[in-house]
Amino acid sequence: MTDITIKITDRNGVKHEVLAPTDMNMNVMELIRSYELAEEGTVGVCGGMAMCASCQCYVLNDVLKTERNDDEEAMLSEAYHVKDNSRLGCQIHLTEELDGLELEIAPEQ
Amino acid sequence: MIETDILIIGAGPTGLFTVFEAGLLKLKCHIIDALPQPGGQLAELYPKKPIFDIPGYPEVLAGDLVTNLMEQIKQFQPGFTLGETAETIDKLEDGTFIVTTNNGTKHKAKAIAIAGGLGTFEPRKPLLKDVDFYEQNDRGIDYFIKDPEKYRNKNVVIAGGGDSALDWSIFLTNVASSVTLVHRRNEFRGALDSVEKVQELKDEGKIKMITPAEVVGFCGAERIESIDILMNGARMNVETDYFIPLFGLTPKLGAIANWGLEIEKNAIKVNNALDYQTNIDGIYAIGDVNTYPGKLKLILCGFHEATLMCQSVYNRINPGKRYVLKYTTVSGVDGFDGTRKEAEKAVVKSID
Repeated sequence: MTDITIKITDRNGVKHEVLAPTDMNMNVMELIRSYELAEEGTVGVCGGMAMCASCQCYVLNDVLKTERNDDEEAMLSEAYHVKDNSRLGCQIHLTEELDGLELEIAPEQ
Repeated sequence: MIETDILIIGAGPTGLFTVFEAGLLKLKCHIIDALPQPGGQLAELYPKKPIFDIPGYPEVLAGDLVTNLMEQIKQFQPGFTLGETAETIDKLEDGTFIVTTNNGTKHKAKAIAIAGGLGTFEPRKPLLKDVDFYEQNDRGIDYFIKDPEKYRNKNVVIAGGGDSALDWSIFLTNVASSVTLVHRRNEFRGALDSVEKVQELKDEGKIKMITPAEVVGFCGAERIESIDILMNGARMNVETDYFIPLFGLTPKLGAIANWGLEIEKNAIKVNNALDYQTNIDGIYAIGDVNTYPGKLKLILCGFHEATLMCQSVYNRINPGKRYVLKYTTVSGVDGFDGTRKEAEKAVVKSID
């Protein structure tokens, strides 16, 4: 297992390039929290159950091949600031295939 | 004026367990919570989801953990102020505190335990014109169902696609004269038995479903008389007495943020080397709401913090008074209600 690189634009428009482990069962929401790219308490509020949309991200390139799952679709149907490329960070599992993924963290709910 | 030893802000697992540890030290507790029921996020967000890291429980449903905690603390007779938010705090000269809620309920306590978790759960409101008007003074928009009797023989429209929308729709079919459920999608997300029950009630004509649809406006001069619903691009008007949007809750630290406490990363800084006290003497913060080096937001950590905090409060309230830690197995549990729990005596008997 190797680390992958993910580019994340935070809520202030600042771009970050971060290394993410792929062997710790982590997701994008947890990655954002571990690098403190959004203020604690404003991301991953529900803990990763796809129940709050605080980790909503816009996917900026085509590295991510998976689609929204049912829980995620349900949550995003009721969230604010949703776009076609919206995903919930907590539902994007970090795997080696995601090397080079580019995301932008959506505004607070 | 409600008087108590420890005023706990937040009825989540940490706040509830505090009552038990305080009770062993003969300290009385009263709990304030913004939600209409105890349990915090466990009851409100994920009552039917399992938790796997409570010591001694290989698996426990969040709702069951709350039920068990309520059972565990009942002999210590905690008081509850539910559906109200702690707004202001005043420290009196004798070191006691007065906490006043948004409804004006006053609580006097010798120590304050903030066990507020992620903060006060505020409803996510529909972004519609006139919401501010109709949500006040019983004009027809409610975000919580505090007293189901209020809806007896009324027409109710519920909006939302999650567990609370499903469960309240089911419940209100036995109370309201009509229940309509509006959701943006045809798919609902909830426990399987809830989804199936709503399907059954729909087939029996007891719940009217309008999907995929969205409430887009309100009519009524004094209060809501009807609502406008957009379904597949077509607008319809539905008469109703109440509109209850259940779009989930967003936690906010709320008024506590203005109490002069040291806040870091949306959490309250505490002294974790000693007793989880904040920068204000007599105010403690325990569970997910606090922060210190190495903090982990886990229920089991909240239980530990509550236990140590109660010892500190005991010393604060009873300066110089002797006390040693006792084991419940040895000493039993003497409730404030006169009950006693104790280990069954072993027999001393010869075996022939």
